[in-house]
Amino acid sequence: MNMRLPVNAIGTTAGNELQRLRKLTPMGWFTEILKYGLLILLTVTYILPFFWMFTSALKNDAQVYVAPPIWIPNPAFWENFVNAWNSQPFNQYVFNTVVYYAIPATIGTVLSSAIVAYGFSRINWAGRDTLFYLCLATMMVPFQVQMVPLFMIFKKIGWIDSFLPLVVPAFFGNPFYIFLLRQFFMSLPGELSDAARIDGASEMDILFRIVLPLSRPALMVVALFAFIGAWNDYLGPLIYVHNNSKLVLALGVENMRRSMMFNSTISNAYPYLMAVSTIVVLPILIMFFFGQKTFIEGIAMTGIKE
Amino acid sequence: MKNQIGSRFKQRDLAMGLLFVSPWLVGFILWTAYPLVSSLYYSFTRYDLLRPAVWIGFANYVELFTDDPQFYTVIYNTLFYVVLSAPLGVISAFLMGALLNTPIAARPFFRAIFFFPAIVPTVVVAVVWQFLLNIQFGAINSVLQGLGLSVIPFLSSPDLAKPSLIMIYMWAQGNAIVIFLATLQDVPRSLYEAATMDGANALQKFWNITIPMCTPVILFNLIMGFIDGFQNFTLPWLLTGGGPSNSTEFYALYLYRNAFAYLRMGKASAMAWLLFIVIILFTFILFKSSARWVYYGGERS
Repeated sequence: MNMRLPVNAIGTTAGNELQRLRKLTPMGWFTEILKYGLLILLTVTYILPFFWMFTSALKNDAQVYVAPPIWIPNPAFWENFVNAWNSQPFNQYVFNTVVYYAIPATIGTVLSSAIVAYGFSRINWAGRDTLFYLCLATMMVPFQVQMVPLFMIFKKIGWIDSFLPLVVPAFFGNPFYIFLLRQFFMSLPGELSDAARIDGASEMDILFRIVLPLSRPALMVVALFAFIGAWNDYLGPLIYVHNNSKLVLALGVENMRRSMMFNSTISNAYPYLMAVSTIVVLPILIMFFFGQKTFIEGIAMTGIKE
Repeated sequence: MKNQIGSRFKQRDLAMGLLFVSPWLVGFILWTAYPLVSSLYYSFTRYDLLRPAVWIGFANYVELFTDDPQFYTVIYNTLFYVVLSAPLGVISAFLMGALLNTPIAARPFFRAIFFFPAIVPTVVVAVVWQFLLNIQFGAINSVLQGLGLSVIPFLSSPDLAKPSLIMIYMWAQGNAIVIFLATLQDVPRSLYEAATMDGANALQKFWNITIPMCTPVILFNLIMGFIDGFQNFTLPWLLTGGGPSNSTEFYALYLYRNAFAYLRMGKASAMAWLLFIVIILFTFILFKSSARWVYYGGERS
């Protein structure tokens, strides 16, 4: 199986595009205008919620409750970002999310998924593919089936209100990332391992010294997805971590929304909510900006047929 | 002698293979197999976490189907959502992937814009869309009001709440768009060139080459859409909380309520197992039907 990553195949350069446009017939021009019109319309639709979020964060109540809406508030209340952030212990929530959940869960997911994927791809053994299909099939098991029994177990062993129910299972491999890494490992030439085996290297040596260094892009994909998955996770913490001092960001934002919606005396409710939302999205945006290639390659990889 | 060495290597590989996949194997037993069996057992019991579970046979299942009118509402809502959101999500993502695959300038820019909503925290998606679609001072309705038009009760009307959720779901289909775009770029150019030689027009090429070549990925995204749709929880939970008038009370929400609000772990487990069976059935049917409409090209190894 050959893995072709589509990244460099994408995109005509501006120069080429100009040349192409010069050669167009009137009918061609019509399709071009239609195409770019559609693209721009879609782009506006996609950006609008974020634009609204950001500019609403800069408003005061008087600028919120008006029709037609104010798109760019003047004056803009930049201090909303500071005030909104300090209205609840959001620094603590970020710390909880990143240090107790996202980082350990990411490390666990990457490490365990890579080891398991190696066993499913670079060693030949009887029953390997059967077990791999079983692993894939577990993706069909709805979380709801696991939710109740796992909650009971974690309650019994005293893990409720700690991050252990979210972090420990991450160290047992995630079927989706195992699949992704397996596909990548299979695309590496088998001779690499054979040569190392003849030199007496153990399988662990081969994995950590040869396969993993060659798989950095794929590992980055898994790490990014795992980190963002934890950063965004709502249902997991909702079930397992209720203690106020251990709230994650997602629950913190939701608590803020609830307290504001049910208490009409709070001023600047919407601007504050939008300000906090903007700050929560910002790290994702930055990660996406710098890791766009990794994201796109990784996602594209998941759809590639064997 | 040679055979002995061969089998010894085989044994070594088997041991090594099992050793390497053991984290998943142990995790599978702990976090999947055991909960599956355990929740099957609990589905036949009455259990509130405080007192020990009591075996009550099929009573939970019987109650769901004969003595719980809410259950049918929930099934209707969920089927409505799944049957529309999964195909619509696939169709819109496919068309957008196809649009991105035409010769355009700044393709990475547009691709990034269309992809981004997929990685935004659901909580933020909920908070922002709730504001955006708000009936009094949301951006869309404020514009309508400003133009003297009547407002649209996106989230406050039982008829529009589900379509609004489907709309937001379609907006966050970035993964599928990127997967489709990558697939479209892998379609061999020679196929199009041959079709052009035979005098096929753009629409014919799209219908007879582009779509068939993408059917395996369409199947993949459709299955993912169904599986996710049946388990849809976070967005409706945050955005509408199941309302208005239970119009967005989906299966996963009602299950969650039974487990953690009403402490009816047995009934929740019964619901979970029914969900599991339905997901398996849907996936099975899709796979079975795929023989008829999914095209696997000769490039299959």
